[in-house]
Amino acid sequence: MDLSVINPILLLAALMSAATPILLAATGELVVERSGVLNLGVEGMMIVGAIAGFIVAVHTGSPALGFIGAAIGGAVLSLLFVFLTQVALANQVASGLGLTLFGLGLSALMGQSYVGVKPPRMADMNLGPLSDIPVLGPILFSHDAMVYIGLLIVAGVWATLKYTRAGLVLRAVGENHDAAHALGYKVKRIRTLAVMFGGACAGMGGAYISLIRVPQWTEGMTAGVGWIALALVVFASWKPWRVLLGAYLFGGITQLQLNLQGAGVAIPVEYLAMSPYIVTIIVLVILSADKSRAPGSLGRIFHASH
Amino acid sequence: MTFTKLMATAALTLGLATGAYAAGDEKTKVGFVFVGPVGDGGWTYEHNEARLAVEEEFGDKVETVFVESVAEGPDSERVMTQMALDGADLIFTTSFGYMDPTINVAAKFPDVKFEHATGYKRAENVSTYSARFYEGRAIQGHIAGSMTESNIIGYIGSFPIPEVIRGINSAYIHAKKVNPDVQFKIIWAYTWFDPAKEADAAKVLIEQGADVILQHTDSTAPQAAAQEAGDVITFGQASDMIQYAPLPRVSSIIDDWAPYYIARTKAVMDGTWTSTDTWDGIGPGMVGIGEISDAVPAEVKAEALELKDKIASGEYHPFTGPLKKQDGSDWLAEGETADDGTLAGMNFYVEGIEGDIPQ
Repeated sequence: MDLSVINPILLLAALMSAATPILLAATGELVVERSGVLNLGVEGMMIVGAIAGFIVAVHTGSPALGFIGAAIGGAVLSLLFVFLTQVALANQVASGLGLTLFGLGLSALMGQSYVGVKPPRMADMNLGPLSDIPVLGPILFSHDAMVYIGLLIVAGVWATLKYTRAGLVLRAVGENHDAAHALGYKVKRIRTLAVMFGGACAGMGGAYISLIRVPQWTEGMTAGVGWIALALVVFASWKPWRVLLGAYLFGGITQLQLNLQGAGVAIPVEYLAMSPYIVTIIVLVILSADKSRAPGSLGRIFHASH
Repeated sequence: MTFTKLMATAALTLGLATGAYAAGDEKTKVGFVFVGPVGDGGWTYEHNEARLAVEEEFGDKVETVFVESVAEGPDSERVMTQMALDGADLIFTTSFGYMDPTINVAAKFPDVKFEHATGYKRAENVSTYSARFYEGRAIQGHIAGSMTESNIIGYIGSFPIPEVIRGINSAYIHAKKVNPDVQFKIIWAYTWFDPAKEADAAKVLIEQGADVILQHTDSTAPQAAAQEAGDVITFGQASDMIQYAPLPRVSSIIDDWAPYYIARTKAVMDGTWTSTDTWDGIGPGMVGIGEISDAVPAEVKAEALELKDKIASGEYHPFTGPLKKQDGSDWLAEGETADDGTLAGMNFYVEGIEGDIPQ
């Protein structure tokens, strides 16, 4: 065992990057669920975002445009879910699962000629003197822009839900759609926008994997991150900052366990491999001991005649 | 993730079920159960290429079906059952974790022939087949040991099963031969296919000083990570992964299943199929060595090719004594070679490798 080979600064820096896909997807899903819709298609929207972003980035040479393309790709795919659940009033669980299957197939089809292609690299942010600060600089201020955009989205979602009229309306729709409807709010329109926002966030999360973390296109490359994001929203009791904490815990412990294995630590590898899931669940379960609960209308179909 | 796969396979098997009625009975129906997506660029990609070769060879006389990304365990049992119910005559199950499900399903369908890749359990209607990847890994180990400058070689393992352990031992023995200072750092990913995790594992190994990455997982993500790091070399796994040549990919082990799949399909057509155990290596061509790129010094390349020829002709066995186990106990005496039984169930590291095998 030689723990000195683990560089804690690099480890903490890697954590922020490793957590970003889950963070983006989970924050988007949080908004969707707060509006009273359960969309289990996160994995499908992520993988479509991964390939849509990849294609745009390769053809334009710009990773930034790639992320915009990924957001559009995820949002467009989520419209299929909107059509099924808000227009055709289909079951949300079944529609969400269908969306994932469709997304996995569609992305494989779209990506056929992109296997082995190298995407353009996204430069790290130049934060000038900030990144020269000892210790803190490399950890906090030496990332690509998406890491910070992910944090801004979390902060934005939190502030919007808590302090703005739009956030209150969104929550009202999620808590009791009949009451919100009686007050004159457009339940379907609000939910449609929420689902599209969720799709855009999931798409960017997927593109983070295909453009920055791996970076290349391989079929099925999100490999279950969307499902972890879905679980995270529940464990975080639908609260944005807890989503952030959960994503960072999960990403951080994943990185830590790989580092510990490399350093030859004497803990059995099976325990290390399961530790990210266990620790994240334990911490969030403890935090969720308060009275938070799921939005009242979560997963229920809304029809104005009811 | 298991849930996605569950739903995916459920939907796909439904699709298979409806497709079966359309097909006539004269065709020989061959089913394939894959552990990853056919576009993984590695293991499953090569099995699918071999499936396409079967279609090409027999044209209208065969019909092939496949289900991809099938989770190992009960899920795969259902997929196999559905294939058998749909009239498959021959089913290839292509991952170690399908071993018990294959045996279970085969017992229920005595008229259907099964072929399980990399397992050790057989039955009247279950054959096993595998390739001697450890022969290829000996050559990789030789190149890796010769080229490393930090003397640290990183190895991404999937699951601690004999096949993977055999590969680690073979690579280590041959790296050590050319470079006594070499050290292996092993990370177990507990997945066959998860590009993000494989990339992270590769990055961690590189951060900890490795300048060679060997992998026993199925995607090309470690190649991409090595390319980004710059001065790190890798090897193609299962498939050539030539798109990363000449650097970081300097050579590769390629699985060529096509001749075997064609022969076995033919045997079913002719009614000559019997349960066998096939374990072929470089000699018969089931294991191929991808082109050694110019990044490898000429003399190392020549040595590697010589090693390859010796293994192919049977003149040299990668597990030749004197060799000791990790705990210092004797394993093979001078000049003695390992028997297939020991290799097939290998559950120990050879002397010099640090760390424990997860049990």
